[in-house]
Amino acid sequence: MGKLKLIAEGIIKNNPTFVLILGMCPTLGTTTSAINGMGMGLATLFVLVLSNITISAIAKLIPEQVRIPSYIVVIAAFVTIVQLLLQAFLPSLYETLGLFIPLIVVNCIVLGRAEAYANKNSVIDSAFDGLGVGLGFTIALTILGFVRELLGSGSIFGWKFIDGDGILAFVLAPGAFIVLAYLIVLFRKVTAKKA
Amino acid sequence: MEYIIIIISAVFVNNILLSQFLGVCPFLGVSKKVNTALGMSAAVTFVMALSTLVTYLLQYYVLVPLGIGFLQTVSFILVIAGLVQMVEIILKKISPALYQALGIFLPLITTNCCVLGVALLVVNNEFTFGGDPHMLNLGQSVVYAVASALGFGLAITLFAGIREQLDLNNVPKAFRGVPIALIVAGIMAMAFMGFSGIV
Repeated sequence: MGKLKLIAEGIIKNNPTFVLILGMCPTLGTTTSAINGMGMGLATLFVLVLSNITISAIAKLIPEQVRIPSYIVVIAAFVTIVQLLLQAFLPSLYETLGLFIPLIVVNCIVLGRAEAYANKNSVIDSAFDGLGVGLGFTIALTILGFVRELLGSGSIFGWKFIDGDGILAFVLAPGAFIVLAYLIVLFRKVTAKKA
Repeated sequence: MEYIIIIISAVFVNNILLSQFLGVCPFLGVSKKVNTALGMSAAVTFVMALSTLVTYLLQYYVLVPLGIGFLQTVSFILVIAGLVQMVEIILKKISPALYQALGIFLPLITTNCCVLGVALLVVNNEFTFGGDPHMLNLGQSVVYAVASALGFGLAITLFAGIREQLDLNNVPKAFRGVPIALIVAGIMAMAFMGFSGIV
C-alpha cells in the first residue's frame, strides 16, 4: 500500500509538470505529437528510476560539499546509456527528440528528486518515488502531445482523421505554451474539487 | 555577412527561448522583475560564450581525436559546472560589484539547459540557416552563442516587463501565476514567428 501511495503522489499531488512546473524545456519542446511526448517521458522515467536507485545507494559515501556534481555525473552516465540505446534500437525517435535526450541531464526533475528524496530514503522507496514522478511526467507529456497533435495535425497517435493540415500554430512554439497553460488550469480545477 | 546572418537568425528567427524551448525554467522563474531578468541574461551571456568556446575546443581537440565521442554529455556538463564555479570565484576576487549583481544567478546557470543546449547544438552541427545544416567554425560558434544569449535576454526582459504589468491586473484565480505567464509567452512566441523567413 505504501509503495502505491508513493506512485500516486508522483502522479497527482507532486505531478512534476502540472503542479511543480519543473522540466519545462522537454515538456514544451518534444510534445509535437502524443508518441513523441510519451517517448520523452519514458526516457526520463528510465533515467529517473535508475539515478534515484544509484544515488540513494551511494548517498552516504558522498561528502556533503561535492554532492551536486556527483549526482550530475551519475545522471549524465544514465543519460548517455539512454542516448546510445535509443540510437541503436529506436533511431527514428532518437532523430525527433534530438537535442532533448542529452538535455535530460539538466532536467530539474531528475536532480530535484535526487536532492529532495533519494539521498535520504531507502533504495526501494527511491525506486518507487522515481517511478511515480516519472509516470506523472510521462502522462503529462502524453496528454500535452495528444492535444497538440489533435489540434495541430488533426490526428490521434499518428492516425489522421481529417484531410489536409490542422491548425499549424499548435504544432509550433505558441501552441505549446498555450495548451500547457490551459492544461495546468484544468488540472488545478479538477484536483481542487477533489480536495 | 555570414556573422550578421548568424546573429539575426539566433536572436530573432530561431530565438532560443521562444522557438527552441531552451532555458524555459529560468524564463518562468526569474522573470518577475525587469532588473533580475537583466542580471540573469548578463550572467547567461557571459557563461554561454565561455562554455561554447571551451566545449568546442574539447570536442575537436580531445573527444574526436581520442574517439570517445560518447563521453560528450558527461564531459560537457562537468566543464560547464566547473566553469560556472570558476567564474564565480574569479568574479568575487576581481569585481565584487559585478559579483554582487550576478551573484545569485551564477549557480543557477549550471542547470540552465540553454547553456548545455547551445554547446551541443554547435558541435553537433545542428545549427541551420536557409534549411541546410551548417558546420560552424570557432569564431562563428562563439558569435552564435553570444547571439543566442542575447536572444534569451531580449525575450526574458520583454517578458518581465509584461509580467510587471500583469501583477496589477485581476487575473482569474485558476490562471494566477504560471498559466497566465505561459499564455503571455505563447503570444510572444506567435509574435516572434513573424520573423521567420527573414534569413
